[in-house]
Amino acid sequence: VTAGGSGTGTAETFDANAREALANPQLRAALRNLATVIGDRREAAISSAGDWEDLRARARAIKDEILAHLDTYLEDFAVNAARAGAEVHWARDGAEACQVVLRILAQQGATRIVKSKSMATEEIHLNKALEAEGLLPVETDLGEWIIQLAHETPSHIVVPAIHKSRKQIGELFAKHLSMEPTDDVAALTSAARRSLRDRFADADAGISGVNFGVAETGTILILENEGNARLTTSIPRIHIAVMGIEKVIPRLADLDVFLKLLPRSGTGQRLTAYQSLITGTKRSSRDEGPEEVHILLLDNGRSGMLEQPVRRQSLACIRCGACLNACPVYQQVGGHAYGSVYPGPIGAVITPQLEGLKRTSQLPFASSLCGACRDVCPVKIDIPALLLDLRAEVVAGSPKSAPPERDRAKRRPIEALIFGLYAFAWSRPRLYEWSMRMARLLQWPATRGGWIGKVGRVTAWLAPPLGAWTAGRDAPPLASHSFRDQWRHGLSGNGER
Amino acid sequence: MRVSLFVTCLVDQIWPSIGTSAVQVLRRAGCDVSFDARQTCCGQPAFNTGYRKDAQALGRHWIGIFEEAEAVVCPSGSCTAMVHHLPELFPDDEAWRSRAQGVAERTHELGSFLVNVLRVDDFGAKFEGRVTWHDACHGLRDLGIKSEPRRLIARVQGAELVEMPNAEACCGFGGTFSVKYPEISVAILDEKIAAIEQARVKAVVSGDASCLMQIGGRLRRNRSAVRTLHLAELLAAREAGA
Repeated sequence: VTAGGSGTGTAETFDANAREALANPQLRAALRNLATVIGDRREAAISSAGDWEDLRARARAIKDEILAHLDTYLEDFAVNAARAGAEVHWARDGAEACQVVLRILAQQGATRIVKSKSMATEEIHLNKALEAEGLLPVETDLGEWIIQLAHETPSHIVVPAIHKSRKQIGELFAKHLSMEPTDDVAALTSAARRSLRDRFADADAGISGVNFGVAETGTILILENEGNARLTTSIPRIHIAVMGIEKVIPRLADLDVFLKLLPRSGTGQRLTAYQSLITGTKRSSRDEGPEEVHILLLDNGRSGMLEQPVRRQSLACIRCGACLNACPVYQQVGGHAYGSVYPGPIGAVITPQLEGLKRTSQLPFASSLCGACRDVCPVKIDIPALLLDLRAEVVAGSPKSAPPERDRAKRRPIEALIFGLYAFAWSRPRLYEWSMRMARLLQWPATRGGWIGKVGRVTAWLAPPLGAWTAGRDAPPLASHSFRDQWRHGLSGNGER
Repeated sequence: MRVSLFVTCLVDQIWPSIGTSAVQVLRRAGCDVSFDARQTCCGQPAFNTGYRKDAQALGRHWIGIFEEAEAVVCPSGSCTAMVHHLPELFPDDEAWRSRAQGVAERTHELGSFLVNVLRVDDFGAKFEGRVTWHDACHGLRDLGIKSEPRRLIARVQGAELVEMPNAEACCGFGGTFSVKYPEISVAILDEKIAAIEQARVKAVVSGDASCLMQIGGRLRRNRSAVRTLHLAELLAAREAGA
């Protein structure tokens, strides 16, 4: 079991996790496949959506309006959900949320629990809390079920088992479902279906997440493709929905925008196979559906994010995962390297805000700032700007924001010194020129006028950036005559040189 | 038109030929080119690594030098984008913010300046062979530069522009990212290298010396025959195969 492959590494060891992931060819093949397949499908799907930029702008405007008056919309949502028969609960943090779920289950004597896919329940580690009380919730989303059987964590927001190959899944099923190992997709899915059907039939309670909560009606909406979320929320007599407070939208009509954006961005579909709109409990005993619907509104750091003007936009996220698929870093290292529930670009933004930067200080730096995430984001979150904002906080808090035992943190005072010297010298033209003259003298042993190949261990120790660069790339030498020298010696005159 | 050249530290110190080429191209387009030798760096390395105060010091220096210019032209999408970000460095300082804003609006990336401001695309350049264009991230996504370089390359006599797969994909440079996470940086880079090799070109052309340093460094390590060229160098090329 490796950190890069199964999610046992933490955000503190992102660099080591990433190296392990890079050494895993099966993982990298799966990630390459994800990026091209979903990427191409997304392109095709957004071309059928009308004016995509207009949709994005409208979605963001709705989100901005919600975030400016979140308290009001949440109250409306709670009142209307209660009116429809749902019981609304509030949880300040993950521990409180888990307590609420445990209390509901205990009051009803519910022990057989099914679950549909939910990032909010991953975030609060609900399964762990339930297992500690001897309750084993069964994940019913195929991908989630696979990683539950494998005792792993999701490596993607939308496709949680993307890191696993068909062969690995076949071996896993052979072990748990007493069947012959196979990599036949139809055989695997029908085996899963048979096993999960029984769990649905037996279940006392179903736990789900929420994609959107509509304030004006108290309705919750869940999008999915497998039908398992509909079964989870309709067969058992108790339904518990865990909903981040940022999931509220003002009106049912706003779904027009979000339903065009989310499936296209997430899986490259025009629409998911199932959209379940749930408004309270069943009205009469002849109706189908649960007798009790509990909606748990989860803060867990979100109201803190709301207070910061630049970072508030992180709460506009609709968890589509498009930024993961588009990210060159995610494409190479996968979700587990991030060592956190939310991976990829949006994870690098959200996780430090939810958990603090102390143990997550590497995440904002795990990006080339290429901006592909910002371009694909359906709600126009400026992820690079947020990463820069978090980087500035890491530096301002240096070195406290990183644990002292890490090499990287030890190096940060030196990095700060180098940037300080650079800023001092390079805002003074004479010192700039002098510093570059010194550098030309210093580089001679390494370059002898040509490109610099892989440097030796001593040089790498003396100049870590040069060591890091030349491990995989040659480095160009400083030119013997700088541009300014050439300008002074003739280029400044008019006419061709 | 009077043009003040912001050559960038990387071009000044490592690739002066990009700067001299830019001067030639701008002069051929009829510009009166000036170079203020007090210029150093836009401060992007500090800004992108989180050192805001250090970036401010360099930002102030940069603004002081260029704010009187009629137009600032820079052979880098990334450094031009940084100049456009300078106002963000002074959230609580109205005076510096508005100075930064003023000069940012008059600062242009070279290729986009030639096509969109001067409206010139033919410089009599000659280059024999297949070339491909790497869309550098900040030029593409911060400045929206996509068609301009392709239009310019199309006018280079003898050059055949071949699109590589995923031309818009990042090369993995990312400033300090390239040395903080060298293994990831090179893994991303290798996809770019594979795409370049697949295009079977003589040269990969881009608008940023930093991407060319990253791509070129790996091409050299691999002993590839493909060479790197900055757009300015291609536009200044006069002989076949220059």
